[in-house]
Amino acid sequence: MKNFFRTLFLITLIIGISLKSNAAEKVEYLKTDWSFKGLFGKFDRGALQRGYQVYTEVCSSCHSMKYLSYRNLAEKGGPEFSVEQAKAIAASFEVTDGPNADGEMFTRPGKLSDKFVMPYENVKAAQAANGGAYPPDMSVLVKARGGGVDYIYSLLQGYEDPPSGVILDDGVYYNKYMYGNKIKMSNQLSDGLIEYGDGTEATVQQMSKDVTTFLMWTAEPHLETRHQMGFKAIIYLIILTVLVYFSMKRIWSRVETEI
Amino acid sequence: MSEHEYTPKSKFGKWFNDRLPLLSLASHLTDYPTPKNLNYWWTFGGILTFCLITQIVTGLTLAMHYIAHADMAFESVEHIMRDVNYGWLIRYIHANGASMFFLAVYIHIFRSLFYGSYKSPREIIWIIGIIIYLLMMAAAFMGYVLPWGQMSFWGATVITNLFSAIPLVGEGIVTWLWGGYSVDNPTLTRFFTLHYLIPFLILGLVVLHIWALHVPGNNNPVGIDIQKPSKDTVPFHPYIVIKDGFALLMFMIVFAFFVFYTPNILGHADNYIEANPLVTPAHIVPEWYLLPFYAILRSVPDKLLGVIAMLSAILILAALPWLDTSKIRSAVFRPLYKQFYWILVADVLILGYVGAMPAEGLYLLIARVATAYYFLHFLVILPVLGYTEKTTPVPLSITEPVLGGSPNLAMAKNKESLKE
Repeated sequence: MKNFFRTLFLITLIIGISLKSNAAEKVEYLKTDWSFKGLFGKFDRGALQRGYQVYTEVCSSCHSMKYLSYRNLAEKGGPEFSVEQAKAIAASFEVTDGPNADGEMFTRPGKLSDKFVMPYENVKAAQAANGGAYPPDMSVLVKARGGGVDYIYSLLQGYEDPPSGVILDDGVYYNKYMYGNKIKMSNQLSDGLIEYGDGTEATVQQMSKDVTTFLMWTAEPHLETRHQMGFKAIIYLIILTVLVYFSMKRIWSRVETEI
Repeated sequence: MSEHEYTPKSKFGKWFNDRLPLLSLASHLTDYPTPKNLNYWWTFGGILTFCLITQIVTGLTLAMHYIAHADMAFESVEHIMRDVNYGWLIRYIHANGASMFFLAVYIHIFRSLFYGSYKSPREIIWIIGIIIYLLMMAAAFMGYVLPWGQMSFWGATVITNLFSAIPLVGEGIVTWLWGGYSVDNPTLTRFFTLHYLIPFLILGLVVLHIWALHVPGNNNPVGIDIQKPSKDTVPFHPYIVIKDGFALLMFMIVFAFFVFYTPNILGHADNYIEANPLVTPAHIVPEWYLLPFYAILRSVPDKLLGVIAMLSAILILAALPWLDTSKIRSAVFRPLYKQFYWILVADVLILGYVGAMPAEGLYLLIARVATAYYFLHFLVILPVLGYTEKTTPVPLSITEPVLGGSPNLAMAKNKESLKE
């Protein structure tokens, strides 16, 4: 048994080191203390609600959120707005519905069951309005980027003047965390850009953190359940493993051999 | 099959068993004499059975909610992740389960390589195993296409395009595989169908694999033939059942850690971007478990030869029982083979590493050297080693190395001195 675990440990170590050294070559992203990391990681409700506000007031004019419904805003493990608040939020959007009995499309205030309203009719319209670049849907954006939350958080704060020698086309901006450093989205955040409902000071860093937290939730709406269930499952497995280990010892004690 | 006849106690049992000997089978499986010195590397057979069943059960559940259509596949996966009760759990088990399956199968294969389990009389078990491994790769590849993300789409494009390397009919075959002139909806629906079918083929082959195993019985770390049943064996139940169970639980802890805490670490971020035929990802990389073969493919400059090299790298394993000329099974008694074995392990890990890197400069050079060594190991080193290697004395029974003072020891020592 010792031999087995020694070999297994060595191989894991080698693979681990090679992965680590590989990761070290990448760009260093800005770091912050994410509340949802770790064994018991949970979302910061305040950050999620503020993040939703940043999304709605800043991002949502270009970026869609097509896999989310307004009801999600009131669900457990999310921003946890009250049902009334979520209903009010939904109602503040105009939703196209239909066709009605006359065969006409009509607009009505949004309901909880509606998907988030899309900023553009279709991809072509979105590209036409954004200099040919399609603002990606934000539902799973965090999971669709290599650096995850750290990347998004850094990107939002990564706008700088281009170094000398770098010539940017019209409508292209320099961002030190973007792949290839050229991005078609201009710097969207500035200190005091929005006024947080809970009185938190809206610095660029604060807004970046809040909206990234919100995007983590939109990408992984069941993250809290997952962490809680995972902890219980692993504790259960460990206890069972120990019990089975002693049963095994007992059973094998009848045989003269090492186990 | 074990020799003893089994007679059910109850009258009905006897009546039933005479017509369909299920009870005899159950009795055979529980009494099956197993070498008592099997170490933990031998527990991966049971772990693999668990992996297969887990994949089938979670896969069936996912198939109830998944929609195999180019316009809806990605959305239906998000629907599973968000709105299906515990859909996220089932999908993460299935996705990480594939990686766990391959982790276990690689350990299982390398265990066989170390202890010479593929040698006579176990060649058929080994060859069935290689076919299972091939089917696993096919199933995993097609499964990765189903979410219809960027890596799904472009991975499918790259892999199916390999067939175009076949002279004359290549292009036609690719069009036939795609069901059109590019990877599209017909490709997705047929991949889904095959992805659903293959696990059941694997299940059938696993039955054959175990059946073939039960004819000669298990190999063991000492690699000698043993009397069955004897002092060297224990009945499968409860001894091996509880030991496999213990190992499986430890495996499940690792599995659970991936599922609950880092469910996406083994996947590629690009697969959360919906497939777009107009945008090619910067690096198209297969899943980690296919990387060594991907490295071999890319290390050959010619497309057709690259494909041949990649296929040979897998198929050469089937010829292993005849390439390895040594009569001694276990590497424990083969001091030189033991060293070459570990070099091969390192070689495959290196191939996996460079497979994930861009095929250029130093990485390409390393990939070429590692590929050459891979074939050298199987085609030159193994056959030659069987003739030239001076092996250390093999004990006569399992009991002997464990119980130092057995009468066998004197016999073994005697034989040893005779040899010298």
